[in-house]
Amino acid sequence: MSIAEAADRARLATEEILASMESVPRGVVVDSPPGAGKSTLVVRAATELVRRGHRVMVIAQTNEQVDDLTDVLAGRLADHDGDLRAGRLYSESHRVGWRVERHQNVVSAKSAGELLDCRVVLSTAHKWATVTSDEQWAWAIVDEAYQMRSDLLLRVAGLFGKALFVGDPGQLDPFSVVEVDRWSGLSWDPTTSAVEVLLNHNDHVPVKRLPVSWRLPASAAPVVSEAFYPFNPFTAATSPQERRLEFGASAFGDNSVDRALELAARSGWALYELPRAHKPRTDREAVRACAALAARLLERAARTVSERSPDPLPVTPDRIAVGTAHRDQATAVRAALAELGAEGVTVDTANRLQGREFDVTIVLHPLSGRRDATAFHLEAGRLCVLTSRHRHACVVVARKGIPDLLDAHPSVEPVHLNVPVKFPDGWEAQQAIMAHLERHRVAAP
Amino acid sequence: MSSPGGAGTERRLAWLRGGELPQTHNARTIAALASNPGCARRALLDAAATRKQDIAEHAGYPVPFGMSPFALSRGVVFERQLKDDPGGLLLALLRETLNLDIAEVGFTDLNDVGGSPDLAVRHARTKAVLTGRPDQRGTLFDHPLLRFRVGGRHAYLEPDLIAFRHDDTFHVVEIKSFAVIDGQADPAKVAAAAIQSAVYVLAMRDLVGDTATVHHESVLICPRDFANTPLATTLDVRKQLGVLERQLSRIAGIDSVLAHVPADVSFSLDADEKGVPQRDPGDLLRDIKRVDANYSPECLASCELCYLCRDEASGSTSVLGKSVREELGGIESVPRALKLARGDDPLPVPEDLREAAAILRRAASLRRDALAAARAETW
Amino acid sequence: MTTLTSLAKVEAIALDRAQLIRTVRHVHVSPRPLIFVPLQLAGEACAPLAAMVGDDRDHERLLIAYEPRDRTERFRFAAGLGEVILGYVDGYAAGDPGEGVPYPDAPQVWVPNAGGMKFAELLGRSTRFRRTEGPHPVPASVPLLGRWVTYLAERAQHPLSSLFLSATQALTAHWATGQSATEDQNLATLLAWIAPPPGQTGAQAALLAENPARCPPAGPVTDPDFDRDVLEGLIKAIVAARQSGDAAARERAQALMARELHSVLKPTWDLMWQAVDLLRSLPPGDHVAERWKTDRFSFTGYVRYLQEGGVPQARRDAAVDAARRLARLENEAQQLAAHMAYDDPLVMAEYRMTGDAFAGPVVRAEPDRLDETGKRARLRPWITVETTDDVLAELGADLRSPARPAQQARVIEVERAGERTRVTIELQSGMGRKLVPEPGSVPGLGDVVCYTTFKAEFQPPPKFPDREDTPWTHGGPPPEYVPRDEEAAEEWE
Ligand code: SF4
Repeated sequence: MSIAEAADRARLATEEILASMESVPRGVVVDSPPGAGKSTLVVRAATELVRRGHRVMVIAQTNEQVDDLTDVLAGRLADHDGDLRAGRLYSESHRVGWRVERHQNVVSAKSAGELLDCRVVLSTAHKWATVTSDEQWAWAIVDEAYQMRSDLLLRVAGLFGKALFVGDPGQLDPFSVVEVDRWSGLSWDPTTSAVEVLLNHNDHVPVKRLPVSWRLPASAAPVVSEAFYPFNPFTAATSPQERRLEFGASAFGDNSVDRALELAARSGWALYELPRAHKPRTDREAVRACAALAARLLERAARTVSERSPDPLPVTPDRIAVGTAHRDQATAVRAALAELGAEGVTVDTANRLQGREFDVTIVLHPLSGRRDATAFHLEAGRLCVLTSRHRHACVVVARKGIPDLLDAHPSVEPVHLNVPVKFPDGWEAQQAIMAHLERHRVAAP
Repeated sequence: MSSPGGAGTERRLAWLRGGELPQTHNARTIAALASNPGCARRALLDAAATRKQDIAEHAGYPVPFGMSPFALSRGVVFERQLKDDPGGLLLALLRETLNLDIAEVGFTDLNDVGGSPDLAVRHARTKAVLTGRPDQRGTLFDHPLLRFRVGGRHAYLEPDLIAFRHDDTFHVVEIKSFAVIDGQADPAKVAAAAIQSAVYVLAMRDLVGDTATVHHESVLICPRDFANTPLATTLDVRKQLGVLERQLSRIAGIDSVLAHVPADVSFSLDADEKGVPQRDPGDLLRDIKRVDANYSPECLASCELCYLCRDEASGSTSVLGKSVREELGGIESVPRALKLARGDDPLPVPEDLREAAAILRRAASLRRDALAAARAETW
Repeated sequence: MTTLTSLAKVEAIALDRAQLIRTVRHVHVSPRPLIFVPLQLAGEACAPLAAMVGDDRDHERLLIAYEPRDRTERFRFAAGLGEVILGYVDGYAAGDPGEGVPYPDAPQVWVPNAGGMKFAELLGRSTRFRRTEGPHPVPASVPLLGRWVTYLAERAQHPLSSLFLSATQALTAHWATGQSATEDQNLATLLAWIAPPPGQTGAQAALLAENPARCPPAGPVTDPDFDRDVLEGLIKAIVAARQSGDAAARERAQALMARELHSVLKPTWDLMWQAVDLLRSLPPGDHVAERWKTDRFSFTGYVRYLQEGGVPQARRDAAVDAARRLARLENEAQQLAAHMAYDDPLVMAEYRMTGDAFAGPVVRAEPDRLDETGKRARLRPWITVETTDDVLAELGADLRSPARPAQQARVIEVERAGERTRVTIELQSGMGRKLVPEPGSVPGLGDVVCYTTFKAEFQPPPKFPDREDTPWTHGGPPPEYVPRDEEAAEEWE
C-alpha cells in the first residue's frame, strides 16, 4: 500500500467514526492498533464536537497523556477559532508541563468551576472522578480506554451523556493487587476494563476500528497484527521502501552486536540470542547486551529515512527505548548504559512504555533465561507493548531455549464461567513471535 | 530407524508395557497431557498406555487418588435424570443455551451395538451415524466411541459425552456434577472440563473430517446452586484447542523421547495369570528412574507417579515449587543454594552461578540482620 | 514468594524444621477463639456432614447430619450449628456500647484451611435467605447463622481483618516449611514441619502426617477410603433403620457414626488449638491492635445492622457495591503492607531486597536547612543516606521511615557509585513549628535509617455514585432487593 492509499483508508475510517457520532444513542468504541492515529482521532473528534456546539470533556489516564493531548488540541483549536479555549484541569500534586503552559488558549485550573467557559476540558480520569457537578457534559472522549479500569469509569460516567472510547485492546489489561474471585463472571466486574463493562451492558454501542498503523513499519505490522490482533487485522501505512534505517559509521571487524543491528536495519527485526542458561532475572549478560546494542546504535550514528523527512534524521538517544518486564531489570539496564556513557536512552517496563513511540526498541525478552513461565511473563499484552513501539526496528535480546520452555509449559490456568475468553492467548502469541524471531537470529558469543 | 509412530515404535512401546494390553484413553488421560508436557517419563508412560497407578503402587509409592462413593453416586444420579428424558429437560436446556428453535429431539445411544464389545465395531458405527445425513430435527448421540491420534497412534476414547447435532453443526455436551452457584463454579474444575471438551471437539472433528461442523463452543451442564436442577452454560474452548493441538503434535514425536531411553527399560509388572505383579519392585523402580522426570508440586494433583518423583527429587529446589526455585535464582540443589547463601563453600563459585550467589548472599545477610535487629529491638 | 521466604524454605530443609519468616505476629489472636472444623459430603456443593466446634479446647462439640442428603437433617444441623455460633457471637455483643464506640472485643472464628472458608461461605449462601414463616419455615437460628457466617466469610477477604482465620493461612504467613505451598495447605503436614515431634525431622513428621489413615484430612472433604469403608455403610444403616422404624437400630448406628466422626475430627481439633497456641506465642506487631479495632468497629456495625432488621447479603455485588468494596480492599491491602513493613524488620528486608526500601547510615545532615524560596522561610532539613541496597525510588518520590511514620520525606537526589548509592532526602513535616527541628525529629549523622515508599496513612475512600445513580455504562440502577419466596424455599438437596 502507498502512503496515499493508507491515508485515504485512515481518513475514511475516521470520517465514518465522526459521522457515526451524530446518530449513536450513547457512544462509540474505537479500537486502535499500535500507532494507528489514536491521538489524532481524539483531537479531531474533540474539535469536531466543539464545532457542532457541544461541551466536551476529555478523559485520559495519566497526566503525561493529558498534557500531550492538550498540547496538540490547543494548536488545532487555535487554527480553527482563536476565541475557543481549552481547559486543563489538574490536581494538587501535578505540575502542568511547559508544553501546555506555552499555549495562550489553554486555561489551567484545579477546580472545574474555574473552567466554565472552556468548550473542552481535559484531565485524568482520577481527577474527573473528584468533580461534582449537576451539569452534564454532552460528550466525553475517553482515551486509553482499555487500560482504564471499569470502577473508575463508574465514578466518572455520571458526568457525561455520550462518549467516544478510544484505545488499544492489545496492550496490558488493568489489574488489581487484591485477588478475589467474587466478581468474576459479573458483567460489571470492577477489575476489568472500562470498555469490556461498557460493551457488556450496551450492545448497541458500535465498535469501529482504525485500519492502518502509522508507526509500525511494513516489516512489523503483519507480525504484530497476526500475533496479537488475530481477529482485527491491520496493515502498515508505509511500504518497505519508505522506511530506512542506516548507519553513518561502518562497523570494523565482525561482531555479533553489529551483525544484529545490521540485520535489524535490513529486516526490521533481530533476535540477539545468548547461550542457553538459567539466570536470575537481572541476568548480567543479557542486561549488558541490551545496553551495548543501544550504545552501539548511537556510536554508529544510526539515522532514519522515512515519510517524515526526505533527508536522513539522526537516531538520537530519545528515539531509542529499551523495554523490560520488571523494574529491577530496567534499573540494571540503566546502570549498564551509564557505564557505557550512553545517556538519554529511555529504559522502562512494558507498563510504562504503553502508548509511546520510538525509532528503535531493544527488548529484553520476558522469558529470557527462565526455567518456567508464569501468567505474568506470558501475558500477551506485555509482549505486544514491547514489540510494537518502534518505527524502524526491534531487537529482541534473549537466551536460547524459549521455544522449549513454551512447549513444556503446563496449560492448567483456571477457567471462570461466563467470562469471555480473551484473545490472543499469551502462550500462543509468544509462540508466534518466537517463530518469527527465529528467522532473524544472531548468535551472541 | 523406524518411521515415527511406525512398527518399531509400536514394538518398543509394547515392550515398555510388558505383556499388558494398552489402557484405553479417556478424555481425562488425554487432557492430562497438558498438565506436564515437559516430562519425558510421563510422556512415555502415557504413550505406552501403561497402568500408571498400578506401576506407582508396585514400585512402592501408592497414591490416594481414590474417589468417594458419594461423589460417584451423585454424578450418576445427576446424569441419569438428564438422559432419562432427553426430549424434556436436556432439550430445553440446549434450546435455551444455544438459542435454537427445535421442537423435538432424537436420541441415539451409540453404545448399543447388539452387545458387541469390540471397540472397532463401536467406532465404525459411531462414524457411520455421525457422518450420515443430518436429521431435520436435532439429534443427541450418547456414548459415541471416538478415536484419537496420540503419539502417532490411534487410541480409542471411552465415551463420556453427548454429541448434539442440529442443522450441520455438532456441539459437545458435557455433564458434570460440580455445582454452579450464583453463576460461579470452581475454576479448576471448569478448566478440567474445558480441556476435556477440547479433546472431544478434536476427536469429533477428526471423525467427521470437517473442522467447521464441530463447534468450539461446548455446552457444560451442571447442577444449579444447591439443588439437582441442571443449568447449562456455554464454554468457549478455542484456547484449549490451540494448546492441545500443539501438545499432541509434540507427542507425535515420542520417538525422540524413546531415543534417549535405553532399550532394556521396561515398565512391565510381569503379572501372573491372576494379574498379580511378579516383578521385583526395586528393579521396576530403577527402570522408571532411568527415564527423566520433571517434578513440580503441580504433579501432586495430576500424576499417579507424584510421590515417587517427589521422593526422587528430594534435595532439589523443585520440590519447593516453581516460584521458590525462581526466587532462588534457578539453583537446582538445596544444599548448593544454602552454601551459596552462607558463602561458606571453600571452593570458588562457578562462573555461571555467580549472579545467583550474589542474590542469595544478599538475601541471607538481610535475613540475618533483620533477625538480629528484631532480637535487639532496635528498629 | 520472595527471595527471603524462599531462602527460609531452603533453611527449613537443612535445619529439619520450619523457619520463621516474620519476627512478630501480624494477626490478632483472640483469648477465646471459636474453633470450627466442618466436614461435608464428598461430591456435593455444600452438604454438611459434621462439625466439631467450640471455644474451649477441652469441651469440643460434635454436630452431625446423620442423613446428610436429607433436607430436614440439614436444617436440623444448621439450627444446631447456629445455636453454637450465635451463642458465641452474642457473647461479644452484650449491651449497647454507645454511639461511635465499638464493643470492647469481637468474636474470632478459626477454620482449618481455605476449603473450610469456602464451606462457610456456601453454608452462609444456602441458609441466609431462609425464613421462619411461610411455606418452608426454618428455626430462627438458621437464617441468622447464614448472615453471620456470610459476614465472617466476607470479612475474611479484607486484608486488615482477623475476625475469621484459616489456620493454614495464618501459619504459612509466619513460617516457611521445607515443603511446597500446595503441601502447606495440609494442616497436619504444615504443623509437622513447624513443630515436629521429638526425635523426628520436619520431613519425616510430614511424611507420616500425609497418610490419611494416620492423620485424617482436616476437611471439609473426608478421605475417600473412609467414605467407602466406613461412612457409606453407616449412613445406609441409619436410613434403613429409619425406614423400618427401628428406633433402637437407628440409635446404635448413629452412636457408631458419632464415634467414627469424632475420631476423624478430633485430631484436627487438637491441631487447631496447637496452631492457635503457636501463633499466640509470637509477640504481636505494633499495628495489630489498631487493626483489631477496625474489626471491632465492623462487628459492632453489623450487630447494629441486624438489630435494625437488615436484609441478608445479596447473592452477588451490584456494580456500585462491587467497585466500592474493591476500593476498600485495595486500600486495606496497601495499609497492611505498610503496617507489616513498619512492624517487622524481616518484612522490610523483603522490600529492601526488591528495591522498594533502603537502609543505611546518614552520612550528611543539614538539620537546620531552610527553604526560603516561598513567602515565608520553611524548615526543610536535608539528609543523605548511604546504602548498599538497590534503590528504585525516583527523584521526587514520597518516602516514609518506620521510625517516624508521620514525617513526609521527598527524594532530592540519587547518586550511584559502584555498590553504593547515596540518596538525599528532604524532610517536610513532623519537626515542630519552629525553624529549628524538635530534638530527635531529624536523624543525626551516623544514625542508621530506613526509608520506603509505603505509606500506612489512611486514604479517604473514593467517591462513588449512589446505587440508584448507577450509570448507563454499568447497566443503570439495579432493582431494589426484595426478599423472594423462591429464595427462602430454595432447594438444598
Ligand atoms: S509425577 Fe513424575 S512422571 Fe508424573 S508428571 Fe510429574 S515428574 Fe512426570
